Amino acid sequence: MNHLLVAPIIVPALMAALLLILHRAPVAVARALSVGTTVCLFAMALATFAQAEPGSPLVYQLGNWPAPFGIVLVADRLSAFMLLLTALLALPVVLYAVQGWDARGQFFHPLFLFQLMGLNGAFLTGDLFNLFVFFEVLLIASYGLALQGLGPERLRATLHYAAINIAASSIFLISISLLYGVTGTLNMAHLAERVAQVRAEDVALVRVAGLLLLVVFMVKAAVFPLYFWLPAAYSNAAAPVAALFSIMTKVGVYAIIRVTTLIYAADANAVMELTSPWLLPLALITLALATLGALGAERLATMTAYLTIASVGTILTAVAIGGGEALSAALYYLAHSTLIIAVLFLTTDLLGRSRGAVGDSLHPGPPLRHAALLGLAFLFGGATVAGVPPSSGFLGKLMVLQSTKDGMAVAAVWTVILVTSLLTVIGCSRAGSILLWNVTEPDRVGLDHPPRPGEWMALAGLAGCSMLLVVFAAPITRYTDDTAAQLIFHGTYIDAVLGPPRDDLVRPHTMGGAR
Amino acid sequence: MELMVAIGLGIVTTCAVYLLLRARTFPMVLGLSLLSSAANLFIFSMGRLGSWVPPIVMPEAGGYADPLPQALVLTAIVIGFGMTGFIMALAVRTRYQTGSDHVDGVEPAPSRTPRDEL
Repeated sequence: MNHLLVAPIIVPALMAALLLILHRAPVAVARALSVGTTVCLFAMALATFAQAEPGSPLVYQLGNWPAPFGIVLVADRLSAFMLLLTALLALPVVLYAVQGWDARGQFFHPLFLFQLMGLNGAFLTGDLFNLFVFFEVLLIASYGLALQGLGPERLRATLHYAAINIAASSIFLISISLLYGVTGTLNMAHLAERVAQVRAEDVALVRVAGLLLLVVFMVKAAVFPLYFWLPAAYSNAAAPVAALFSIMTKVGVYAIIRVTTLIYAADANAVMELTSPWLLPLALITLALATLGALGAERLATMTAYLTIASVGTILTAVAIGGGEALSAALYYLAHSTLIIAVLFLTTDLLGRSRGAVGDSLHPGPPLRHAALLGLAFLFGGATVAGVPPSSGFLGKLMVLQSTKDGMAVAAVWTVILVTSLLTVIGCSRAGSILLWNVTEPDRVGLDHPPRPGEWMALAGLAGCSMLLVVFAAPITRYTDDTAAQLIFHGTYIDAVLGPPRDDLVRPHTMGGAR
Repeated sequence: MELMVAIGLGIVTTCAVYLLLRARTFPMVLGLSLLSSAANLFIFSMGRLGSWVPPIVMPEAGGYADPLPQALVLTAIVIGFGMTGFIMALAVRTRYQTGSDHVDGVEPAPSRTPRDEL
């Protein structure tokens, strides 16, 4: 059996535990171990990516128990893609954090590694209950990370963030157990089979479970009307934490894609007809409101937080359109937005620190010493997130627009995406001109905490990845096309998990006894 | 028995939602733990309700209780307990740092009714 699949979960868990034991050791030890583990995770993600690419999903049976009874980890193209994206984001973020941010709070590195463990687990698991468990792992780590540095604002924002997520977890449990009660399984591939054959009197229950799952994932992804916790939590978090959180909303998007293309893909019972009319309007409303929020923001960090929500709106628009082309566009846009939001959060931190007491609030302040470089970084971030050609944002939005075919949807999607892009350009240029050009005391160059070389390198690494998305757009879209095809023809996933269908093997139908 | 359990869960969930919407940290924590208790009981009941059925196969018992929801409940209880402990500590810390037990950290302004204007 291929043990590579379990490594991205076990390695960070063990290293995080080790770092907790060593928390009195010099900070250099923690930094070395944390960066080393992240590099190691990157190598593992690359290896998984290379192995999952040829087509058939990799399956790892924990404890060697056969599939519907034991718990499985599955790496299909989508999981490998998300794993690689997480590692690609985590590496610059941890390099940025070791420049000094990690010393401002306690246990940054263990929490960071537990967060990566939860993310990797959520992307790899093939079991619905384990998805819940890994969600909880990444959430509790994220609460600790969001609190890094403390202060009343962070406490208040994290309290809201924790409360809504704990409530959502209860709903997640209810929907999981409802599905279990009807189908008698929690393995996602097995669920896909069972949901397709569910009896007519149980269809309503399966629909309720599906809608509840959608609500839970929409809380994680921050979709209207469930995004109000995000701006405060993200804009008050420490910069590297906020940058890492740019993948957290995408976990919700990943779960929506996984559940709608696998468990609820079989349309025999018209389960999807219940959810699909909601997804597109909600995604477009999210995009529109988040862009307005970005325009009205008083701090650059709040603006970036709203742009995070806007990116989720765009991705979900593509997911809601459905079909191979749109899913492929959604995945490309997901990679683009994760990287560029992280760039923006790091730039926000560097800009805010250089402006003394004014910080990142959009008010005139002292001039910057590294105005040219910081301005360039902000220009790159703003242009890419708004979708100015030839950035990755432009390509991503173009693909989403091209994948819209249906008449009514074309009008709505094109209007909302193009108008919000224009508004984003306006918002970013307004913010940039206030921060960089509108100077109050031209003689005093306020520079309390100059950007360090390592921080520039981390920022350049993330921006470089974003540029590579443009340079290698053709191979990447070929990969996302293949991923979308694999998601739509989910038979390969089910066969990889449960084995090829055999007539002599009767799959257990009811595990419950006393009915 | 199903009806009793369903009504009971409904009452617990109603109380939980009411407490959650009080916008004070301590009632909110209580509401969250009630909500997770309701979810746990719901998972348990999804293994079907029955009396005197053992969770292992015994020929003389005439049936067996589904052990999987029991294992799921155990996991959910442990996770819920950890989460409740965390948010309790967070609520206490917020109370001392902001000086208010309102979830927004500030006391809401007293609402003015038309009677006050007169």
